[in-house]
Amino acid sequence: MNIRRFLKTDTAVPDSSRRSFLKVSAGASAGLMLGVSFSAPTALAQQASDAALEFNAFVSISPDNTVKVLIKHLEMGQGVYTGLATCVAEELDADWSQVVCEHAPADVTKYANLLMGQQGTGGSTAIANSFMQMRQAGAAAKAMLVAAAAAQWQVNASEITVSNGVVSHGNHSATFGELAVAAAQQPTPDRSSLTMKTPAEFKLIGQDNTLRKDVGKHNGTAIYTQDVKLPGMLTAVVAHPPRFGAKIRSFDASAALARRGVQQVFEIDSGVAVVASDYWTAIKAREQLQIEWDASEAETRSSGDILAQYRELVETPGAIAEAHGNPDSVLSASSDVTELMFEYPYLAHAQMEPMNCVAQVNGDSAEMWYGCQSPTSDKAAIAQLLGTSGDKVTIHTVFAGGGFGRRANPASDYVLESVQIARQVPNTPVKLVWSREDDMQAGYYRPAYVHKLSAALDAAGKPNAMKIRIAGQSIMAGTSMAAMMVRDGIDNTSVEGLTEFAYDVPERQVELHSPQVGVPVQWWRSVGHTHTAFSKEVFIDALARKAGADPVAYRLELLKNNPRETAVLKLAAEKAGWGTTELPEGWGRGVAVHTSFGSTVAEIVDVSVDGNNFKVERVVAAIDCGIAVNPSIVKAQVESAIAYGLSAALADEVTLTDGHVDQTNFHNYRVLRMNAMPKVETHIVPSTNAPSGVGEPGTPPIAPAVANALAAVTGRTFTRLPLRLA
Amino acid sequence: MAYLLTINGQSHEVDVEGDMPLLWVVRDHLNLTGTKFGCGMAQCGACTVHVDGVATRTCVMTVADSVGKNITTIEGLQSPQARAVQQAWVELQVPQCGYCQSGQVMSATALLEQNPNPTDADIDAAMSGNICRCGTYPRIKAGIKMASAQFTNAAETA
Ligand code: FES
Ligand code: FES
Repeated sequence: MNIRRFLKTDTAVPDSSRRSFLKVSAGASAGLMLGVSFSAPTALAQQASDAALEFNAFVSISPDNTVKVLIKHLEMGQGVYTGLATCVAEELDADWSQVVCEHAPADVTKYANLLMGQQGTGGSTAIANSFMQMRQAGAAAKAMLVAAAAAQWQVNASEITVSNGVVSHGNHSATFGELAVAAAQQPTPDRSSLTMKTPAEFKLIGQDNTLRKDVGKHNGTAIYTQDVKLPGMLTAVVAHPPRFGAKIRSFDASAALARRGVQQVFEIDSGVAVVASDYWTAIKAREQLQIEWDASEAETRSSGDILAQYRELVETPGAIAEAHGNPDSVLSASSDVTELMFEYPYLAHAQMEPMNCVAQVNGDSAEMWYGCQSPTSDKAAIAQLLGTSGDKVTIHTVFAGGGFGRRANPASDYVLESVQIARQVPNTPVKLVWSREDDMQAGYYRPAYVHKLSAALDAAGKPNAMKIRIAGQSIMAGTSMAAMMVRDGIDNTSVEGLTEFAYDVPERQVELHSPQVGVPVQWWRSVGHTHTAFSKEVFIDALARKAGADPVAYRLELLKNNPRETAVLKLAAEKAGWGTTELPEGWGRGVAVHTSFGSTVAEIVDVSVDGNNFKVERVVAAIDCGIAVNPSIVKAQVESAIAYGLSAALADEVTLTDGHVDQTNFHNYRVLRMNAMPKVETHIVPSTNAPSGVGEPGTPPIAPAVANALAAVTGRTFTRLPLRLA
Repeated sequence: MAYLLTINGQSHEVDVEGDMPLLWVVRDHLNLTGTKFGCGMAQCGACTVHVDGVATRTCVMTVADSVGKNITTIEGLQSPQARAVQQAWVELQVPQCGYCQSGQVMSATALLEQNPNPTDADIDAAMSGNICRCGTYPRIKAGIKMASAQFTNAAETA
């Protein structure tokens, strides 16, 4: 099927004569893409000429001088369009203004995440996995342009220079566009023959001269799933069960069906679907459904009961996730053990764009339009549902209005829901839209946890033994990733951050309980580190207070063998004026440092306390993320990660009463707003190391840094999120 | 029932139920998708447009109540303040996912149209109804200040 008929504004397709220019490539890193990308257009991409000539899987150049970069990761705000295109443009020596980006199609053979082995975005790996790959794609295309120019001008390729999108030799010069047709016919260079720049030669990487390429977000023209419009498209909403695991006993749709604009009402696995002409009609019709639910297999406990069970669990031995020495014997010999119990609630992602997905099922094939974060696993799940093969599933990826993990659902929940609906309305595009209430109540939360940490201090006041017990649902258990991610009963995402931490504690053990609970759970920006960093950093602070030590000096002593955390912590402390600047009466300063997704972040927080209220006034952050491809975006991501983590530190909490989720919308799931946002100052540690994660590592330190700042004012230790003074 | 609306200076007749919020009229019936849906209960600001110059949440304003009003969506923004805001948004790289940003731009523009030189407290008051889950608040604030400076300068030289 030709999707051009369906897209509101279509991207043009190269005609067959142009396609015949393209050669089949043998290069593994630069295989020529003979298929055509149909990603829904962005404002800039619409301007790209229809004559785009494909140099390799990532780079096309048009005679109109546009360089198009195909982006294999989902742009959800983290800046991946800009980051990956910067790497291509750097080695291509393109002019930044000629570069446009588009999402790559779902094709694992060309667009796999090199750290995941499948196409997907997550774990703060977008730049980390593709830094060299994108640079090679740019360098390969440049070599083809140079070869074409050398042939045309009858000169030696090695004497040709390329700068800002212009290829030159003596009196000759040509734009990329002028050379595109000839260059695309050059043989694809071997990866080993490519000359790559040294960091000292970078003109775009590490500079502030690369404005974002995910354009159209300031004027409403950027296209999200919510905005996809196709001829004849219908809108679907779903009545989900009021408790997780409840089933439909019976339902009466007669009143709903009588409403003008309602097309169909039917049962699917996850509830009752209403398909109508538009969203409002569908929502009104849903209110008129009479559904009887069978809750006999539903989760009917309250979150309080679940946490009470976890508190009991952490008093008993769990599966051993990490063991160094024998902390038990040290602890039992000590007369003065410090013990803290920590509690963490369920959290909703509450990304700005509620879940949605557009699907059209024609016979055994499916065509999808959405902010797709896991193309490979979603595609496999769709194919399995339809009893078809992956090549019958086409995914067009559009911008996501935030994700924070939610769009990469290990069960492809919202994706399969939309396919189940579209299958019942064949040959018709159907947009599934969740209301905010659906988004808040239909699941997939950061799991609730209880931790118990115990430590003994040696004569110098340093912890010589530590025992850590964690209780909470496994995110990976029961998913297709369990085989890979759960080893000997340990889901690493439950313990990461408390295992392999940087502090020098000779004897320590981490144990885990992973109880089964009927609440659907999923990763949430920074995954396990959302809770483990809090326990670790609040506990270390409590130990420092007990030892009568300065919190930064105490950490530096315990980080003696970790130069990276030491350097980042020192930078943040220096920039924040730790120990050198006075704070007003009623203010406190707190610190936390944590490594996740390959990067280290330290944050120093100033809070002001007024009775039972407090305000976070300022955050000074330092990050070591290797080479900062785009420093402005690195800083934006640190600001974003702080805001997201601070929201959870101050207010976010999903609770259940008898299995019913209590929160429904932003009036009772109270996320961070501008009036609570502190000033944020971010300092990047200069580095020539390969880039590491940026999207998530700023989140883990913020909540403990705030708790530690509150402790500095009040003398109390805060062990529960969200933070409350009373 | 048919309703006659004035949106971005143009008349549109729509045949929908009177309780349909203006948000879904512009999005689903007029294909003006720049205005976003985030909560449906006046909590997030993603659906903000200008109604007779005032920043208004369209998810709780019915089509029936929209008749006879001068409605401007992000697609129809034209004022010098709007241009200054949008220019600052690009220059400071304010948007991340961008989903909230139409609403942010509408609220920021309305603020500057009423108060060309807002203080931090004015900005907090005018913008705290607009949620940004990507946490672009510091850059939104800086963007409003940059736009304010541009607009003030432009007004002075005009
Ligand atoms: S959608 Fe209208 S305020 Fe949120
Ligand atoms: S930019 Fe993503 S919600 Fe504001």
